[in-house]
Amino acid sequence: MDFYIDYSVITSSLGILFHALGIDLYMTLFSVVLGTLIGLVVAFALVSERRIFRILSGTYVAVIRNVPLLIIVLFIYFGLPDAGFVFSEIPSFIFALTIYAGAYVAEVFRGGILAIHKGVGEAGMAIGMSNLQIIIFIKIPILIRSTMPALSSTYISIFKDASVAAIISVPELTFHIRKINLETFRTIEAWSTATVFYVVSCFLIAFLLRRVERRVAIPK
Amino acid sequence: MSTGFFNELWVSKMMIFRGIYMCIFVSFTAILIGTIIGVFVGLALTYGNIFTRFFARAYVDIIRGIPVLVLILTIYFVLPVIQINFTALQAGITSLAIFSSAQVAEMLRGGLQNIPKGQTEAAKAVGLGFSQTFIFVTLPQALRQVLPTWVNTAVETVKGSTLISLIGVVEITLVMQQIIGRNFLTMQFYALAGLIYFLICYSIERGGKYVEKKVAIK
Repeated sequence: MDFYIDYSVITSSLGILFHALGIDLYMTLFSVVLGTLIGLVVAFALVSERRIFRILSGTYVAVIRNVPLLIIVLFIYFGLPDAGFVFSEIPSFIFALTIYAGAYVAEVFRGGILAIHKGVGEAGMAIGMSNLQIIIFIKIPILIRSTMPALSSTYISIFKDASVAAIISVPELTFHIRKINLETFRTIEAWSTATVFYVVSCFLIAFLLRRVERRVAIPK
Repeated sequence: MSTGFFNELWVSKMMIFRGIYMCIFVSFTAILIGTIIGVFVGLALTYGNIFTRFFARAYVDIIRGIPVLVLILTIYFVLPVIQINFTALQAGITSLAIFSSAQVAEMLRGGLQNIPKGQTEAAKAVGLGFSQTFIFVTLPQALRQVLPTWVNTAVETVKGSTLISLIGVVEITLVMQQIIGRNFLTMQFYALAGLIYFLICYSIERGGKYVEKKVAIK
């Protein structure tokens, strides 16, 4: 075949690529932290005794989980300015990714809440804790510890979804790889680099989260 | 800007229908091909010897380790370089099929390995061979177990199909962008796109739940 492999275009821009990966991680971290907070609140609303909370949170989760991230991103980035909300690329993408993450995290937590033994809440009540205290001091710690494995896989897919930011020109990894591809035509080199970057980052994130999981796991 | 949303909607109804058709066609084909490939990869993961297991594991982990967007762009840009001339549509279907095959393989492995050992031992005891055990004993149980995840993969594939608008396949997202480029009703038409995707994905999810209930062991 009439092509040759030449990674010099990649090695000369490694600095930019790592910086771009940093932007991905930064957006992921923001969205994961905010999304987890939203997810917690929504999850308790999902199992609440008040019908209105259940309906509102259920609608949020069902809608966000069944609408592609790209549509949410385009709606927020191109649509909301019409209504007077103007964000620049990165904040608007973080906003979209946070909303997206919130629904997935809520679903994970919902399962976790239902799995918490009833006696735990009753024990809290018996020592005179209010409902809010029971949730904050008893249920949430148990919840986070028991759902950590499912949470980490959600976090990893949020990291992968951060690549969608390339579409609204956030200078993150996929964006730069695509730029290198289009400017130099070193196609195989560019996309194999993207693969290595993403696979290795996912592996490292999974490794770190597995350590956290082991640390917080509830002893049997 | 002078014409209203519904007027614009009426003018562009055929475009939208074609977009919906394209989205469903792409997703359906991708899920079908992906499931077939995924079953073989999943079998290699579970029953293969060390070499097939290694390659299947590498395939699944690499595909699951990169974002769908990167997978789509990689397939679209790399195939022509190695002298495979696919249209954007074929490249899009290929990449979504590869994406779903990795998901299917992983969940099938999980499903097959979760079946208690006693089942295969019982099958052996009544004299069933490997393929008979697989077809009559392990597969039906594994299928029932992986159904929810499989439905999830189908929804993920439909959602992933929005990304093939990037390589120029005229499905719902790209149709909406074309319409918006003409009339600037950005919010309305992206919201409409969201609604259409919601209806497609939600019906898949509901359908899955219904089948799940039907095939559940009582």
